[in-house]
Amino acid sequence: MNKYILYPGCSMESSARAYYDSLKAITDIIGLNLQEIEDWNCCGATEYLGIKLTPAYALISRNLALAAQQADGTRTVVAPCSACYLNLAKADYYMQEQPVLGQHVNEALAAGGLSYKPGSLDIRHLLDVLVYDVGLDTIKSKVVRPLTGLRVAPYLGCMVPRPDYEHRWSDYEYPVELDRLLNALGADVIEFPLKTECCGGHMTQISPDTAFELIRRLVSAADEHQADLMATLCPMCQMNLDAYQSETNKFFHTSYRMPVIFFTQLMGLAFGLEAKDLGFGLELVSARNALAKIGIEHPAEIPTGTARPKKDGSLPMPAPLPRRNMHTEKGKVVK
Amino acid sequence: MQTLDQERTSAPPKQIEDLSLLGEVSHRTAGVSRLEMCIQCGCCGGSCPSEADMDHTPRMLFAMLRAGMRHAALMSNTPWICVSCYHCVVRCPQNVHIADVMYTLKSMAIEAKLYQDSTAPDFSQTFVDMVEEFGRSFELGLATRHYLKHFPLRLPNMAPMGIGMLSKQRMNITPTRIKGIAQLKAVLKRAKEVEAAS
Repeated sequence: MNKYILYPGCSMESSARAYYDSLKAITDIIGLNLQEIEDWNCCGATEYLGIKLTPAYALISRNLALAAQQADGTRTVVAPCSACYLNLAKADYYMQEQPVLGQHVNEALAAGGLSYKPGSLDIRHLLDVLVYDVGLDTIKSKVVRPLTGLRVAPYLGCMVPRPDYEHRWSDYEYPVELDRLLNALGADVIEFPLKTECCGGHMTQISPDTAFELIRRLVSAADEHQADLMATLCPMCQMNLDAYQSETNKFFHTSYRMPVIFFTQLMGLAFGLEAKDLGFGLELVSARNALAKIGIEHPAEIPTGTARPKKDGSLPMPAPLPRRNMHTEKGKVVK
Repeated sequence: MQTLDQERTSAPPKQIEDLSLLGEVSHRTAGVSRLEMCIQCGCCGGSCPSEADMDHTPRMLFAMLRAGMRHAALMSNTPWICVSCYHCVVRCPQNVHIADVMYTLKSMAIEAKLYQDSTAPDFSQTFVDMVEEFGRSFELGLATRHYLKHFPLRLPNMAPMGIGMLSKQRMNITPTRIKGIAQLKAVLKRAKEVEAAS
């Protein structure tokens, strides 16, 4: 059994619970031994790097120091979250490229009784380990319920295939690892041209109009390719495409209903596990119809809060105002 | 905000120090930024998914840094609109660490208190405050505080999504605190001292 140190990251315990639940459900089946770093902290996402350099790298490196301390016979850290993966890989790489950064970080770590020698760990993404260590043959051999007929758009987002410091992926812009894995599960994998385009990242918080356009491009492309669902490997992408899809629909007057599911959930289904044990039902755009297509029952929906029913005697509301056009406003051509 | 045309007619930088701006930015960037190697080809702007919303393309911004246009460069919204997708980074023929240069420009703008709109700096700062306090991010606290301050009118629109996330237990109601928070705080305190001294 291959042993790895796991750095889950904050999202896996909240917004991406479905990712963590499904990952835990499949590890035994494929012989993956993941040992979580004890008392890890947040990696700082894309926010801390833009505030202060040394504290940002010290924050990331506390995790590297703990991982190295607890490694016990392995040197590979696995991160399922894109931002976590990139931050750990980036810190490790830049501290080697620029030794003075490593010295500063180690001075800071010393205040907490820690140290880390840059380059002493391998930082890898979950998909990389599944495809290249566990292997597609092993994965294929565990499939008892092929996802035949399910049209899946593979979507990786930005931070896993790029900037790829250690050259682990087949391509920066059109890598095929996720496609091959989904193929091994028997799914009907779409050639999805936008598979590494941006989901908007933190723009949903900062400049929602920018984010909505990026979300619209992805969801409409998947819809045009007649995908039943999109399979992703990034908590941020899943959150933006799933939770902000209805907002995006409102903004553009569209009506897309594209489920966005973690690829580990699909692996669980193909391995014959129950949908309810794989975090299905946690997505805001339900995957019920997609699962029904291949004869799998979707767990009962957890009802989301509904608005108070309107009183009949209420005053009629005026018609909504015409929407300003974000592209023509600045004198730009409507795309 | 001055347009580039207005800036073009104004006098060249008076202080000779300004001409070291490019070096300063490069020096403050993690790793070897290779910013000095930019050949102004424009691959970066052409690859950028959010270029339409930027004041300057990355190429333009780097030329402004080389010209010592400190104020205009730090006032630019470009680093704040950058989504860190790394398309430009892998396409740059000179291998400039463009995304990391954007992080440096953000931190320099915060330091100099130069930005047109405080939404993005505030978001980063709120996120960092939460992480420094708990050791983990806390989405509910972060999103609520941020939307209340910057998009109060959008809050009612966001409510269904927030309720959906809460009822599906995809957002924690209370923050999680790591056990080694004292250790983390000590590390970050020392890191800030090291940063100030360097």
